[in-house]
Amino acid sequence: MNQTFRALMGATALTALSTAAQAETITIATVNNGQMIQMQRLAEDFTAKHPDIELEWVTLEENVLRQRVTQDIATKGGQFDVMTIGTYEVPIWGAQDWLTPLDNMGADYDVDDILPAMRGGLSVDGTLYAAPFYGESSMVMYRTDLMEAAGMEMPEAPSWEFIRDAAAAMTDRDAEQYGICLRGKAGWGENMAFLSAMANSFGARWFDEDWQAQFDTEEWNTTLSFYMDLMTNYGPPGASTNGFNENLSLFQQGKCGMWIDATVAASFVTNPDDSTVADQVGFALAPDNGLGPRGNWLWAWSLAVPAGSDATDAAKTFIAWATSKEYLALVAEKEGWANVPPGTRTSLYENPEYLEAAPFAQMTLQSINAADPTQPTVDPVPYTGVQFVAIPEFAGIGTQVGQEFSAALAGQQSVDEALEKAQDLTTDEMEAAGY
Amino acid sequence: MATQHSRSAARLMMAPAVILLLGWMLVPLVMTLYFSFMDYRPLRGVAECCVGFKNYERFITSSSFMDSVLVTLIMVGGILAITVIGGILLALLLDQPMWGQGIVRILVIAPFFVMPTVSALVWKNMFMDPVNGVLAHVWRFFGAVPHDWLSQSSLFSIILIVSWQWLPFATLILLTAIQSLDSEQLEASEMDGAKFLSRFWYIILPHLSRAITVVILIQTIFLLSIFAEIFVTTQGSFGTRTLTYLIYQRVLESQNVGLGSAGGILAVILANIIAIFLMRIVGKNLDT
Repeated sequence: MNQTFRALMGATALTALSTAAQAETITIATVNNGQMIQMQRLAEDFTAKHPDIELEWVTLEENVLRQRVTQDIATKGGQFDVMTIGTYEVPIWGAQDWLTPLDNMGADYDVDDILPAMRGGLSVDGTLYAAPFYGESSMVMYRTDLMEAAGMEMPEAPSWEFIRDAAAAMTDRDAEQYGICLRGKAGWGENMAFLSAMANSFGARWFDEDWQAQFDTEEWNTTLSFYMDLMTNYGPPGASTNGFNENLSLFQQGKCGMWIDATVAASFVTNPDDSTVADQVGFALAPDNGLGPRGNWLWAWSLAVPAGSDATDAAKTFIAWATSKEYLALVAEKEGWANVPPGTRTSLYENPEYLEAAPFAQMTLQSINAADPTQPTVDPVPYTGVQFVAIPEFAGIGTQVGQEFSAALAGQQSVDEALEKAQDLTTDEMEAAGY
Repeated sequence: MATQHSRSAARLMMAPAVILLLGWMLVPLVMTLYFSFMDYRPLRGVAECCVGFKNYERFITSSSFMDSVLVTLIMVGGILAITVIGGILLALLLDQPMWGQGIVRILVIAPFFVMPTVSALVWKNMFMDPVNGVLAHVWRFFGAVPHDWLSQSSLFSIILIVSWQWLPFATLILLTAIQSLDSEQLEASEMDGAKFLSRFWYIILPHLSRAITVVILIQTIFLLSIFAEIFVTTQGSFGTRTLTYLIYQRVLESQNVGLGSAGGILAVILANIIAIFLMRIVGKNLDT
């Protein structure tokens, strides 16, 4: 072994040591949805490009994740450097300065390409606090064969009146054929997600500009009465315990004529492996009443950096990779265009390859664009959020109100009683919270 | 008879375990007690100490409190009634010599091995679903309109689900008690011409009283904190919100740790009142 070789060996060892010393580890908390697992599989691409950053994954089920990250950020635990959070958390946490602003994401990140509705929902006062990983809205999914048999044609943007008429025409209780399936299970993310979005299109709102609860208004009465009429006459039995999964299963079995729910369901109901009606599904925008807003919501699973992180730059580098155009291209290359995370970037919906692989793509984009989280209602409101109110108290209030509405659907109380109780409990909770 | 010396040695040796167990219990309890006097709402960034009994006052005066206590008592009472009566009947049946006894006994015990969330999901989706459920098909077979179990008879449905899980436990304890009964007594009474009902009422049931109190005591302790079955099936709606569920809603859904902790302390107090009451009955029963 000559001198030069020895020197080279030493230099190599030194370099290796210094790289190891510089390597930064970031801990990423994600939800166990398919697309997040896919991101973990593809993360080799990131580590190859950034050898100085090591990734550590904490993958959890949705409810557990929400509790863990909330606890971590509220107690300033500093356990995570990248958190997966929804559009409900971002405006609240951003306003409290609990998140790091996502500016300077790199020259080729192209922030302007992110769908405007998503940017609005993930920003506070114009500053982006989280980057959308995938997003969704809600829309009408319907059976084309039943619609044809009923002698009707679904417009691209139906009204609630049309939905009711179509539901009446498609219902055949003896054949276990129900005109419409909607969420009835209590919960802020279950029936209240649907009902809040529906209420927006009827001109109702959760609070007025002075944070006074609005359940005693005519608009809410009309909303809830219309919903009850639809569900009791044309809905499946036991609708008050049906959530997303229950309705998905009913629709896949061919028991629902129409279903208004998350755009992500489109790929499940058109998948011939799971759905008996896969080739008979049509899509339309969520209904409206001619007042402006449609009855659709907006949601995005997004990545954010908590303010307490000690690896902010590395975390931002990772988020820039995971939510970039290049990432979408990477998924398409490895797993096909149909598996690309949807609903975040304009360029994806201009890509002919994607549009061909996903027949529901255009309707998803239109639905997302039809929602405006900064101005979701007809009358002005002091809050952000389409199917929720972005205040910390909402999860609790929303679920309790949802229980009253669910009990009304089950026939245990009238619409008026349910609204009166909702008004009282919301007022109580808001007073206790200091509004 | 232990000597003074061996008694103090025993105390010394037991001390670490006792201290560990006490710490295990005391730390969470003291923290809950501390939080219950705080205005602690982490999502608002509020953590103010010492607001007196304000949380307790708000928890007790809220319209949901009395309802939830009532629901808890009805639920526990209903489940106890079903499991004890059902348990006695099943134990009497299983005590009879029959073909395939081993398999039957295993089948009866099986529900106890199923996790609460799993059993609640199975009951909800397979049996009680008004469209696809087995019961709905049975109803339709007889020409009736399927019953919507979880929203029309929600409390009863949950009582049924939990009873199904706890019936094996009651049956097992009661079966061993029946088997410990001296068969000569029964034979003698039979020879004297006593009917089955009289034998059951005057001999078997008094003999079972101790086992029944044990079943009631142990089940009550577990049943006061039923959660998973409610979470999976009704999420506390349709009048199935127990005290435990209300506390969960206050702490985790409303993110009001102070208010929820006050509820937690109240639940501990209520549970202890019931426990003391039960212990007295058991104590009395075990003495005789």
